[in-house]
Amino acid sequence: MSSRMGSQMTATVTPLRRIAARWGILLMLASALLLMGASGDTTGQRFDRLGHNLMCTCGCSQILLECNHVGCAVSEQMRKELKDALASGQSDDVILAGFVTKYGPTVLSAPTTTGFNRVAWIMPVVIFLAAIGGLVWVVRVWQRRSRAQLATATPVGTGAGDEELNEFRRRAREETEL
Amino acid sequence: MPQLGSFSLLVGLALSVYAFGAGLLAIFWDDDRLGETARRAGIGIFWAVTSASAVLVWAAFHNDFSLAYILHHSNRALPGAYKFAALWSGQEGSLLFWCWLLACYGLILRLRYKVDTRLVAHASVVISAVQIFFLLLVNVPAHPFAMTPGAIPADGNGLNPLLQYPEMVIHPPMLYLGYVGMTVPFCFALAALIMRYPGEKWIHITRRWTMVGWLFLTCGIFLGSYWAYRVLGWGGWWGWDPVENASLLPWLTGTAFLHSVMMQEKRGMMKVWNMWLIFSTFLLSIFGTFLTRSGVVSSVHAFAESNIGPYFVIFLAIIFSACVFFFVKNRSHLESEHKLESLVSRESSFLFNNVLLLVAAFAVLWGTLFPVLSEWVTGHKVTVGPPFFNKVNIPIALFLLLLTAVGPLLAWRKTSAESLRRNFLVPGIISLLSGVALVAMGVRPWEDVSYFYSTVTIMLSVLVASTVVSEFVRGGLVIARHNQGNPWQGNIFYGMYILTRRNMRRYGGYVVHFGVIVTMIGFAGVAFYQNTEKELGFGDKLEIGHYTLVCRSYSQDDQPNYSSERAILDIYRGGKQIDTMYPEQRFYKASGQPATMVANRSTMLEDLYLVYTGKNPENGHPIIKAHLNPLVWWIWSGAHFILVGTLIALIPNLQSKKKKTAREAAIEAAVPVAAGGD
Repeated sequence: MSSRMGSQMTATVTPLRRIAARWGILLMLASALLLMGASGDTTGQRFDRLGHNLMCTCGCSQILLECNHVGCAVSEQMRKELKDALASGQSDDVILAGFVTKYGPTVLSAPTTTGFNRVAWIMPVVIFLAAIGGLVWVVRVWQRRSRAQLATATPVGTGAGDEELNEFRRRAREETEL
Repeated sequence: MPQLGSFSLLVGLALSVYAFGAGLLAIFWDDDRLGETARRAGIGIFWAVTSASAVLVWAAFHNDFSLAYILHHSNRALPGAYKFAALWSGQEGSLLFWCWLLACYGLILRLRYKVDTRLVAHASVVISAVQIFFLLLVNVPAHPFAMTPGAIPADGNGLNPLLQYPEMVIHPPMLYLGYVGMTVPFCFALAALIMRYPGEKWIHITRRWTMVGWLFLTCGIFLGSYWAYRVLGWGGWWGWDPVENASLLPWLTGTAFLHSVMMQEKRGMMKVWNMWLIFSTFLLSIFGTFLTRSGVVSSVHAFAESNIGPYFVIFLAIIFSACVFFFVKNRSHLESEHKLESLVSRESSFLFNNVLLLVAAFAVLWGTLFPVLSEWVTGHKVTVGPPFFNKVNIPIALFLLLLTAVGPLLAWRKTSAESLRRNFLVPGIISLLSGVALVAMGVRPWEDVSYFYSTVTIMLSVLVASTVVSEFVRGGLVIARHNQGNPWQGNIFYGMYILTRRNMRRYGGYVVHFGVIVTMIGFAGVAFYQNTEKELGFGDKLEIGHYTLVCRSYSQDDQPNYSSERAILDIYRGGKQIDTMYPEQRFYKASGQPATMVANRSTMLEDLYLVYTGKNPENGHPIIKAHLNPLVWWIWSGAHFILVGTLIALIPNLQSKKKKTAREAAIEAAVPVAAGGD
């Protein structure tokens, strides 16, 4: 009995694995396309991108290009510096480093990927992978226990009560099958 | 009058202490009469706090600047609605408002004690403990009736201009209703754990109260977002500010609970998980309040720094310890009745959904607190802003969207590959076609990661929409077939109505999911926004997208509460004038602060969003910043669907006319249904 169950399960699992594999390949292809397609951008786009990687230092805690303080002299000056840096042909890293030197590390709108700041980026990924991995492991343990319980369960008799129960099961399936 | 307010608050505190102590003793001694006095004391808290709140509002309307709070948050020329809103505009007033909402929830809980007298008696003790804390705050460190020292000024400092908008009159009460509302499910959950409540009734009560809190919290978050968009004038609606993040944390855990609670109700699983989700939701509500009010993190719209932080830390520690203590003591009561049987099942999709929601909550909390951690470890503060939160949370949101499509169509216990194929083939093809259509329309997802995310978001949204619509249509058709021959009831629309009425929670949930994808489509538009800024003299033009803005004029105005400058701009599209817009800047006299009045022209496709950023001091020409924000209309429309769906889910199901026999009902409850259910 258990071997028949096993073969049924294999028959169910194999197409699911095939579907999962197909989706996996599709996702990988999409990622590869994305990486291959990444291209350089115009000065306007660079200004927009770098301006969103910097904070206004007037104390408003807002992104440089989104500082909405009426007549904010600080953000105006910083935007001008950014435009000048872009016009002088500096690379993104050099421009950002220049801002850090002048305004301190809080001028960057996100932690860098160096030193202790790496922890900021790593932790969410670690938690994500640990949570998904842990969940899959727990589900598999539960599955194994359920199968073991099924295999060792005493066969149920076919009394009148079971027939009634089976009839209700059939009706429930029928009525909820949409 | 201020003395009456102070006295009422003291009475409220005394009553809450009595409700807690007497309620506790009544449970220990099994004394119903003592328990009844505790319940009535709990009702008395409502009247005491209501009279204190009324006194503060009265003081605002009567310009009683002898009260320091009124002096700092109101002025004579302030319109009536904003004088009322002054109640929740500052630290002390908003805490009093919190106390009042908590008293309202406490009143409902205690008036509905017949639902289950023993459970409510336990829950009433827990809510009294929470009331003691908040009433202690408004009586000692954040007293709203503190007097103005020295001579009383003739006029007040006025309300912060950023708060003088209609949205701001509604947004904080909604958000507070959500935050405070999470106290009630917490009280029931902890009460059920303490008393080892037999049966599952407590989880039904807890779920319904969580939905109420979640509804208000969602409403508050969207209203806050709308306010940020229409008022702050930076062209965005979500800035990942610590205060915004604080509201998102309990929302995420509350959402996780509303999903996983179905596993407990249907299959008696995940009891420990659900208990901790509801504890976490309450703790995060309090933690968010602590973040907003203690000055631990810097934020655009946090309250002024104060000394109430340590009070919150102690309260959080006590609550957390109580949760851990009773969990350890009574955890055997929370054992699961079933185990998961398959990775491809409804239960499994709920588990993944929960894990993703909690990972998102962790990422938001981590990003919010990382500057504090960094300063503590390295001595240097760093900024964790939108780029971090977007990079971390967008992939999680996309996975969640995928689960939103897949989860509801999976059967409980186990789903076969055939069933998967049958349910997802058509929606999958439609979703892929939507991707092809986007590329045909000129979207190039391989050119930029934001385009890629937007394309995937729209494709997944189409997938969810297809599955939701197919569920409604297939169910409606089945019922229509049953009613064939009846001219009124034999059509698909009646079938869909009956389908929903028979399982309001399930189909209300689908409407919520539909709202989520409509909102997500709105979010996807952010990748394609444009903006430009220009000084405009008479007749000058500014081009953005397919719009041409022509400056017709600019003017100045003077009102009792503020003076203003504005530009009058004619909007052309395809050479034809389609509108006139009036971006404005105000200068509030009492506070001396400026504020922008954004002019926004919203359509389904895009918002033309104009900000008066200032004027050239040499020639007086206005400087206009124009944003073209695609698909923003969808965000607010999605919010409406989410709210309507939640309301539907709160309505009880239509009862079957044929009464089931006790045996039928018992057997039905024991039969695990292969498909359907919530």
